[in-house]
Amino acid sequence: MPFNIYDFSTFTQWIHEALTSAMSPFWVVTLEILFVGLAFLLFYAVIGLFLVYAERRVCAFMQCRLGPNRVGFQGLLQTVADLIKLLFKELITIKYADKLLFNIAPFLVIIGSFLALAAIPLANGLHAVDLNIGVFYIMAVSSIGVIGILLAGWSSNSKYSLIGAMRSGAQIVSYELSVGLSIITMVVLAGTMDISEIVELQRGGWFLFKGHISAFIAFIIFLVASTAEINRGPFDLAEAESELTAGFHTEYSGIKFAFFFLAEYMNMFIVASLGATLFLGGWMPFHVPFWEGFNTVMDWIPPFVWYIAKTGFLIFIIMWFKWTFPRLRIDQLLTLEWKYLLPFNLFNVLLMALLVLLGLHF
Amino acid sequence: MTNEQLIQKISSLLPNAACQQKQYVTVKVAAADILQSIKVLKENADLFFDYLNTVTGIDQKNSFGLSYILTSSTHRHTIIVNTTIENRENPEIESLYPLYKTCDFQEREIFDLFGINFKNHPDMRRIFLSDDWVGYPLRKDYVDEVNIVQR
Amino acid sequence: MEQTTTKREDISSIDYQEFVINMGPQHPSTHGVLRLMLKLKGEIVEVVQPHCGYIHRGIEKMCEHITYPQTIHLTDRLDYLSAHMNNEAVCLLVENALQIEVPERVKYIRTILDELTRLASHQLWWCAFGMDMGALTTFFYGLRDREKILDIFEKTTGSRLIQSFNVPGGLMNDIHKDFQKEVKEFIKYFRKILPEYDQLLTGNVIFQQRTKDIGILTKEDAINFGVTGPSGRGSGFSCDVRKIAPYSAYPYVKFEEKLQTKGDTFSRYMVRMHEMWESMNILEQLIDNIPEGTHAVKMKPIIKLPEGEYYQRVEASRGEFGVHVISDGNKTPYRFKLRSPNFMNLSVMHHISRNHKIADLIAISGSLDLVIPDIDR
Repeated sequence: MPFNIYDFSTFTQWIHEALTSAMSPFWVVTLEILFVGLAFLLFYAVIGLFLVYAERRVCAFMQCRLGPNRVGFQGLLQTVADLIKLLFKELITIKYADKLLFNIAPFLVIIGSFLALAAIPLANGLHAVDLNIGVFYIMAVSSIGVIGILLAGWSSNSKYSLIGAMRSGAQIVSYELSVGLSIITMVVLAGTMDISEIVELQRGGWFLFKGHISAFIAFIIFLVASTAEINRGPFDLAEAESELTAGFHTEYSGIKFAFFFLAEYMNMFIVASLGATLFLGGWMPFHVPFWEGFNTVMDWIPPFVWYIAKTGFLIFIIMWFKWTFPRLRIDQLLTLEWKYLLPFNLFNVLLMALLVLLGLHF
Repeated sequence: MTNEQLIQKISSLLPNAACQQKQYVTVKVAAADILQSIKVLKENADLFFDYLNTVTGIDQKNSFGLSYILTSSTHRHTIIVNTTIENRENPEIESLYPLYKTCDFQEREIFDLFGINFKNHPDMRRIFLSDDWVGYPLRKDYVDEVNIVQR
Repeated sequence: MEQTTTKREDISSIDYQEFVINMGPQHPSTHGVLRLMLKLKGEIVEVVQPHCGYIHRGIEKMCEHITYPQTIHLTDRLDYLSAHMNNEAVCLLVENALQIEVPERVKYIRTILDELTRLASHQLWWCAFGMDMGALTTFFYGLRDREKILDIFEKTTGSRLIQSFNVPGGLMNDIHKDFQKEVKEFIKYFRKILPEYDQLLTGNVIFQQRTKDIGILTKEDAINFGVTGPSGRGSGFSCDVRKIAPYSAYPYVKFEEKLQTKGDTFSRYMVRMHEMWESMNILEQLIDNIPEGTHAVKMKPIIKLPEGEYYQRVEASRGEFGVHVISDGNKTPYRFKLRSPNFMNLSVMHHISRNHKIADLIAISGSLDLVIPDIDR
C-alpha cells in the first residue's frame, strides 16, 4: 500500500528500539514521556496561536475587512506578538477572590483540552496514546473543562462571572448529552471505541457516507452540540460580551486570561478533529470503491494533510456559525437541547442500532 | 379643532383658567388645581390631551413657573398649560404622575434642577446629579464659582 | 390610573435568591455611560432602575448664557446621531419667532440633510442592535454603508458627525457641486444593499425568536410614557412630527408613516427598517428638484427674540425633539428647555423589561436605541 510510506509507526518503532538498546526501560519510558510531552506542548501552542490568527482572518473576511496583515508574512506573527504582550501583562489579583480556586481554574480548563488532544491520531500511527477506549477517554477528559469554568466564575467574586459560569455549567452539561449520544451512534456503527481502529474501518469509505441517513443526522447534531459545548458561535452565552461583559473570565488578566482563550480555541480544534475522525475518516484519504486509479492518487496525499484539511474544514464551519448568527437566549438554548436534539438523538441511536443489526449499512 | 374653538372649549370647561392665543393656545391655571384641570383636559373626549410632550420648569425670580405642553394623539392639537408656584422657599405642587407616567422622569428632572417638590410622586429623587449635591443648578440664584463664569 | 401613588419597589431590599447588579456605566451594550441597576432573580430581571447623569453637562444652563446662534453648536452635542435635526429645531424656532421666511432652497436642502442623517443614524442603530444580539458581523456591514453618507456630509458641511450646518435664517454654506450626484449614487447603491441587511439579520430564525413578543409596549403606554419616534410607532402611536406639524420641505413630499401594532422589539426593529426605505423615497423626490436661490437670508447681527414662550418640535431619528424657549427679549434665552426623545424612551425601560431575561433587556434597550448624551443633556 502506497500510504505506508507515510506510516509513522515504523518511525516511532525505530526510535523506541534504538532507545531500548541504549538504556534501561525506566529511562526509555521517562525520556519518551518527556519527548512526547514537549512535542505536544509545542503542537498545542502552535495550533492554538494559528487558530487565533485563522479566526481573525476568517472573521475579517466575513465582515468585509482585512484582518491582521502587518506583523510577519500576511500577519502570521500577529498572534505571537499578542501572546508576548499577554505574557508581560500584570496579573491582577482580586481582593476578595478565593485565591486558590481563582488560580487553579485556568489550569483546569487548559488541562482538560490538553489531555483530550493526546488520544487523537494526527496521522497514521502518530498519536500519544492509542487507548482501546479512546472515544470514552476523550469524552471524559474534555468535560474537566467545565469544572474550571465553574470555579473561575465562582471564585472571581463577581456577579457577572457567576452568571456566566452558571450559564456555562447548565449549557455544557446539557450539550454533553447530545455530543455523547451522537458519538455513541458512531460507536454503534463502528463496534469499537478504539480510535485508530475506527479510522481503519473507514478505509473503504467515511462513516458519514457509510452509515446511511443516521450517520448524517448524527453529524449535524454533533456539529451543533459541540459548538455549544465549547461555548462558541451562537451559543457563547457564558461570555456573551454584550450582556455579561466577558462572562466567567471577566476578572482574569494577562496569561491566565490567555489560558482560557487558548483553551477555547484548542477545544474547538479537539471537537473538530473528533468530528473529522468519527465522521470524515480522520487521516484516511478519500476513497471511492472500485475507482482504483483515483484511490491511488488520493493515497499519495500524506495522511497528516488529510487530517488537517478535514479538521480545518470543520473549524471553518464552526467559525462561520459564530460570525453569522445572533446569540441565543438561555431558555432557547436549553429548549433546543432538551426538546429537539436529545429526542432526535435517542431515536437516531435506535435507528443506527437497527441499521447495524439488519446489516443495512454499506 | 381650530385655536378659537379650543379656547372656547377650554374656557367653558375650566372657568378659572385664562386662555390666550400665542404660538400655541396658552392656558394659565392656578397651581393648587393643576391636577384637576389637566385631568379635565385629558379626559374630555373633544380635547383628549393624552400625550404630555414636556414639562418645563422656569425660575421667575420670585416664583417658579411650570409649563406643560400637551398634545392630543388623536386630534393632534397642542396647548401649553402654565402655572406659577408662589412659594419660593419650599415650592410644592401636585404630581401629574397619576395622569402621565412620563412625569416619572420629567418631574424628577425638575426636582433635581429646580428643587420643586412634587407631591404624590412615587420616587422623588435626584436624577442627573448625585444625591449629595447642594443647591439646584437651574435656579437663577445658583452660585458655582468654579464652573459658571459670571459675565 | 391604577396604583397611582404606590412607592416604587425598593431596590435595596432583596431576598436571599435575588441580587443587585450594576449594568454600566461602563458596559459594552449600554452604548455609552448609562447605568442600569438591575435586581435579578437568577436570570430574570425584576427591577430596572436607570441612573443617568454620567455625562450631564448642563447644556440648558449653558444656553442661558449664550446667544441663539451659539446654542446651535450645543444642540449638536445632544443626540450626536441626529445633529442636523437638532440644529434645525433651534433654527426653526428662531425663524418662526422672528417671522422670517427662509428660501425654498434652504428648506429642500435641510430636508435632504435630515433624511440623510436619519439614514445614517438608523444604519448605526442597526449595527449596534445586531451586535447587542451577538451578531457581530452586522456592525461592519452597517458601518461600511454609513461611511458613504458621512463622506457626503463631509464634502458639503465640512464635518462628518456634528455638522452645525444650520444657522438661523438658512444654511452656513451652499451645497457642494457634487452633492446631488453623490446622493443619487448613494441611493442607487443603498437600494441594492438594504435587502442584504434583511438577509443577514431580519430573516434569521434565532433573531426572530429573540425579538418577537419581547418587551411589549402597548399603544396606551407608549402615549402615556411619551415614547416617540420609531419606538413609539412600533406600538402604533402615530407620532411622526413630519406628519403632525410638517416643517421645512416635508409638506411637499409624499411619504408614509410606518406603523406597527404589536409593540414588541421586533416591531420597533421593523419600523426602523421601513423608515430607511421611506427616507430614500423622500430623498428621491427632493434631490432633483432643489430650487435655485440663496442659501440664507440676511439676519441682524444680534438676534433677539420677542418676549414670549416658544416651542418647536422636529422629528429627530429617535423621536420628537423639542426646543422650548422662554424669552425675555434679550439676546440670550431666559430658559432653554430641550425635550430629548431618549429621556422619555428610557423611562419606559423598567415597565417593558421586567420579568424578562437579561438577554432580553439588552435586546429591548437596543431596540429603544438610546443615545446617552441626549438623555443627560
